[in-house]
Amino acid sequence: MTAGLVAELELSRGPLALAVHLAVAPGATVAVLGPNGAGKTTLLRALAGLVALDRGCVELDGAVLEQAPGGPWAPPEHRSVAMVFQDHALFPHLSALDNVAFGLRARGMGRRAARTRAAERLDRLGLADRADARPGQLSGGEAQRVALARALAVEPRLLLLDEPLAALDATTRLTTRRELARHLAGHGGARLLVTHDPLDAMALADHLVVLEAGRIVQEGSSAELAGRPRSAYVADLVGVNLFRGRADGDRVDVGGAGLVVSARASGDVLAVVHPRAVVLHRVRPDGSPRNVWRGPVEEIEPAGDRARVRVGGPRPMVAEVTAAAVADLGLVPGAEVWVAVKATEIDVYPA
Amino acid sequence: MSHPERRRRASRLALVAGALAASFLALPLVGLLWRTPWSGLGHSLGQPGVAGALRLSLVTSLSATAVAVALGVPLAWVLARADLPGRRVIRALALVPLVLPPVVGGVALLLALGRRGLVGQWLDQWLGIRLPFTTAGAVVAQAFVALPFVVLPAEGAFGSADRRFEDAARTLGAGGWTVFRRVTLPLAWPALAAGAVLAWARALGEFGATITFAGSAPGRTTTVPVEVYLGLESGRFEDAVVLSLVLVAVSVTVLLVRRDSWLGPLRA
Repeated sequence: MTAGLVAELELSRGPLALAVHLAVAPGATVAVLGPNGAGKTTLLRALAGLVALDRGCVELDGAVLEQAPGGPWAPPEHRSVAMVFQDHALFPHLSALDNVAFGLRARGMGRRAARTRAAERLDRLGLADRADARPGQLSGGEAQRVALARALAVEPRLLLLDEPLAALDATTRLTTRRELARHLAGHGGARLLVTHDPLDAMALADHLVVLEAGRIVQEGSSAELAGRPRSAYVADLVGVNLFRGRADGDRVDVGGAGLVVSARASGDVLAVVHPRAVVLHRVRPDGSPRNVWRGPVEEIEPAGDRARVRVGGPRPMVAEVTAAAVADLGLVPGAEVWVAVKATEIDVYPA
Repeated sequence: MSHPERRRRASRLALVAGALAASFLALPLVGLLWRTPWSGLGHSLGQPGVAGALRLSLVTSLSATAVAVALGVPLAWVLARADLPGRRVIRALALVPLVLPPVVGGVALLLALGRRGLVGQWLDQWLGIRLPFTTAGAVVAQAFVALPFVVLPAEGAFGSADRRFEDAARTLGAGGWTVFRRVTLPLAWPALAAGAVLAWARALGEFGATITFAGSAPGRTTTVPVEVYLGLESGRFEDAVVLSLVLVAVSVTVLLVRRDSWLGPLRA
């Protein structure tokens, strides 16, 4: 018997063809990252039993919930799978307390006992004084916590979280993310989190899975993803420059332009350059950098006391420089600038 | 003639037409109020015929509303959610009482449920149930005309309901019936209540189908509208006016209640 979730699923809905293999151990959190339309929500709905599989198998703690085609199928209400929906989906006609008690009541617990248990759970999430409030009266952060309490109240063996923080504003998001991490740690079952925010994924999950167009393009720890992204989406997510090209010795040809690298390689490769390793100059730099070219500044995006500067051209590159450098170099969109990258700063690995 | 001038003349014309329409709507009501025997109101309401008709109408209209809700809500759910082939035909059928002249509805009910009717003969023979010219028959006639008023808003509410709430309920362990009872129904409540109120108003005012199918037996099938008609026919003019006033009051109240906040959509 395998504890936790083991799922191998295939299903198509409209333009989306989902084909995913996933395993989540009890007590672990796996985050599914992906752009809109990648099939993240559909994946969760399939695991919850709200969408049927075309082919595949869903197993939770050794029990087969679904096997398709033709195998057993457990309806959502008979799966020990709870879901925190995007925008919460709290029942608008019930108080926070009755929302949390709903699952217990549906599973046959008496009204009084269910409400007592629900009150305890709200109390644990610091919401004791909001028990009588209707969802419409709750703040975004409170509603998120009530939704979490409602899902955790049934003590599911698998907890699904669909963009749990997406509806929150930036300040609430930070504190709620921290709390969420704490409360998730207290849940003994497997957890699957869907998000498009890498910070949420890194803060809440041990293992990251990147879904694009219904398929897993990469998985691993956040360090692994950041170090060796395998798609433009992942590179964008972790904020590094990624090039796909053909290597020949110490040269990598990326769509007509070349990059000189320090390691020798051959064949189809990916080359990654951290924005901090990209140096910008007003005049052509002398000395050691092997990769030097001129390009137009396309975009400047402030990030704290630093700025990310996108330089166009055949080798589009994002450089991260200090705010002071932006002023010194006179960087404005449209200005020409020299880009320099040391060969040793380019990491090359097979595509 | 310049443009602004033409527009001004057009708007003046519309104003006149509008005023005409408004008076056309208001005048009958004013006429009714004008001829209401205000001082004898209490006396008229105490007349056995009048009081009996009021009592009977209250009972039959509320029963008819209950029947319409009991039949209409499940039908609305099926129309909104079930994936069955004859759905469009059934939806059209549910609308028939809206457009059918009530007296024709009464004739049709007679032919279907009368003592020699399609189904009525079996009801009579096997179960001993006779609907025509009984209070139950009046309820049937009223429920028939009131049904669309329940079905239409309920179908709209079930069809446009946010399914995520039902999905959430299912993942929390609620089976189909629990989901319907504890989530779908409460969320559709404003539409259902509005439908029930309209259905009740329609049942209360029902005349054509009732008098055709249930007749005008005093105390048994003489509802308020039937009594108004009988009053006018037999020269009990004041009784007719007083009962008409009651129906007007109910209609106006329903209109006001419909606008009230308890029917407004629940906000998430």
